[in-house]
Amino acid sequence: MGIAAPTSDATSGRKIRGTPVGRPGSMRSRISTVLRYLLLIILAISFFLPFYWMMSSALKNDSQVFTVPPVWIPRPAHWNNFSDAWMQYNFSLYTVNTVFRYAIPVALGATVSSAVVAYGFSRLRWPGRDALFFICLTTMMIPFQVTMVPLFIVFRGLGWLNSYRPLVIPAFFGSPYFIFMLRQFFLTIPEELADAARIDGANELAIMVRIILPLARPALVVVALFQFMGAWNDYLGPLVYINRDAMYPLALAINQLRSTLAGVGISPLAYPYLMAVSTIATLPIVIGFFFTQRTFIEGISLTGLKG
Amino acid sequence: MAVMDLAVRVRRGISSGAGKRLALGLAFVSPWLLGFLMFTVYPVVSSLYYSLHRYDLLRAPVFLGLGNYIEIFTEDPTFGTVVYNTFYYVLLSAPLGVVSAFLLASLLNTEIKGRPFFRAVFFIPAIVPAIVTAMVWSFLLNVQYGAINATLRGLGLSTIPFISSPRLAKPSLILIHMWAQGNAMVIFLASLQDIPRSLYEAATVDGANAWHRFWHVTIPMCTPVILFNLIMGFIGGFQNFTLPWLLTGGGPNQATEFYALFLYRQAFNYMRMGKASALAWILFVIIVAFTVTLFKSSARWVYYAGAGE
Repeated sequence: MGIAAPTSDATSGRKIRGTPVGRPGSMRSRISTVLRYLLLIILAISFFLPFYWMMSSALKNDSQVFTVPPVWIPRPAHWNNFSDAWMQYNFSLYTVNTVFRYAIPVALGATVSSAVVAYGFSRLRWPGRDALFFICLTTMMIPFQVTMVPLFIVFRGLGWLNSYRPLVIPAFFGSPYFIFMLRQFFLTIPEELADAARIDGANELAIMVRIILPLARPALVVVALFQFMGAWNDYLGPLVYINRDAMYPLALAINQLRSTLAGVGISPLAYPYLMAVSTIATLPIVIGFFFTQRTFIEGISLTGLKG
Repeated sequence: MAVMDLAVRVRRGISSGAGKRLALGLAFVSPWLLGFLMFTVYPVVSSLYYSLHRYDLLRAPVFLGLGNYIEIFTEDPTFGTVVYNTFYYVLLSAPLGVVSAFLLASLLNTEIKGRPFFRAVFFIPAIVPAIVTAMVWSFLLNVQYGAINATLRGLGLSTIPFISSPRLAKPSLILIHMWAQGNAMVIFLASLQDIPRSLYEAATVDGANAWHRFWHVTIPMCTPVILFNLIMGFIGGFQNFTLPWLLTGGGPNQATEFYALFLYRQAFNYMRMGKASALAWILFVIIVAFTVTLFKSSARWVYYAGAGE
């Protein structure tokens, strides 16, 4: 049903569309168009429904939570749930922890180091380069669980528990996935630009900083964004290393809120509060995605193709 | 092996042109190289060491030989369940995730208005924090006041105990996995858009209908990406932790006690670092075996256009 039909380009207008698809039959192609949109809209609604439920539930009180059939538009809407949950349970602190102790340091460290390493793996020619790059790629296969226990033992010995150092410092040594992504991008930049600079006597560091990195800005933004989101969303890392409330990131704090509310027996009200903080924790990610959608998606495509 | 080779070449004269280029190259990749030694090689090797010992962080490690492995395979009553759960989840979630991503991408690749909008809607579940996914779905699927069951009850139908039933808990997690396939979908979409129009035109001239073109042009052209996403799905599936940890906590009745959860408990609840390391090594071997098998099989079903690239 036209599923395989490639996207239209500028030259193929309405008239051509559908002609090669079996017999022309404009009626048939119109039905297929309608069905396609119907399917898209149904899917879009069902994909979005959990988020709508989250946001609408954040505005409910306990009686609205229990109503059967469910209330989709709570009236009255309890907007104060957002500020109440946030203030009462100290979420400003957890946000500061997440952003300034974890996400920003990781994004900075991983982007800079991955860029330098990717430069070495793509723009320079040296013996053994491809063998080392292959090793770099295969390390992605090593499960987190294999290194988790020994690294925990080491970081515990260094007295790094209950700090973000075990999660932030390794990021400064490059991350294979992003090294790979940036390498793919650097390879698309024509060699001539760098050659011209080389003839003028520029060294590799200067070429990287002045020519390649400015051209790779979109890719660098994607890497920083991915890292930021990865840290913002991370649960297992902080779970292993952080168990002091004052150091919690958002992810751990939300789960703690769940057990706190369930513990004092106000589980009905737990959901509106939980949904309120969940909404706040989701918004920056979704807004960030909408503003950078194109770069973001190009970045992901870059890793899949030629993978 | 490659590293030894490098060391030999380093010794053979830094002054030569090749030596200079090698030194420069190594200087650029040195952050990764150092990180690789500290955060990969060292822990992997010491994980093997710990796996042969009993270690609880308090007393010095005691050598057990293969004791941990023997215990895992012959004495631990939970291990069999954990392996069953994990394979059940991985073998279904990886292919179904790929199918979901591929169908969404195919739909987005048709001639539609508002593609960026739909793409965003399908993509967003993949970037939402796992804790939020867990909170929202635990509420949505709740038997008593979750939206789905409340609707069913409102319609006079019987409720579905999604995550509170041992039988439905795993399928529920797989369903959520299929919902969060944005990354794979975007990769598929890019590869669909890379398929040359001329292939479709040629097929049409030869009398192929839409179904034939989908089956004989689209799918073969996408097989490299199918392989990539399948491997990512398998590797991720074997390590699946956060969602079951938060949503079901391994229950009900151990129905979602997956490998990573079991391993985490051994390490951080029971302080059995040695056993956890042995479990990690078993997992590592399983993942490598799976990946290698998939790569080997790929010669038979993956089609590389322009094999030179």
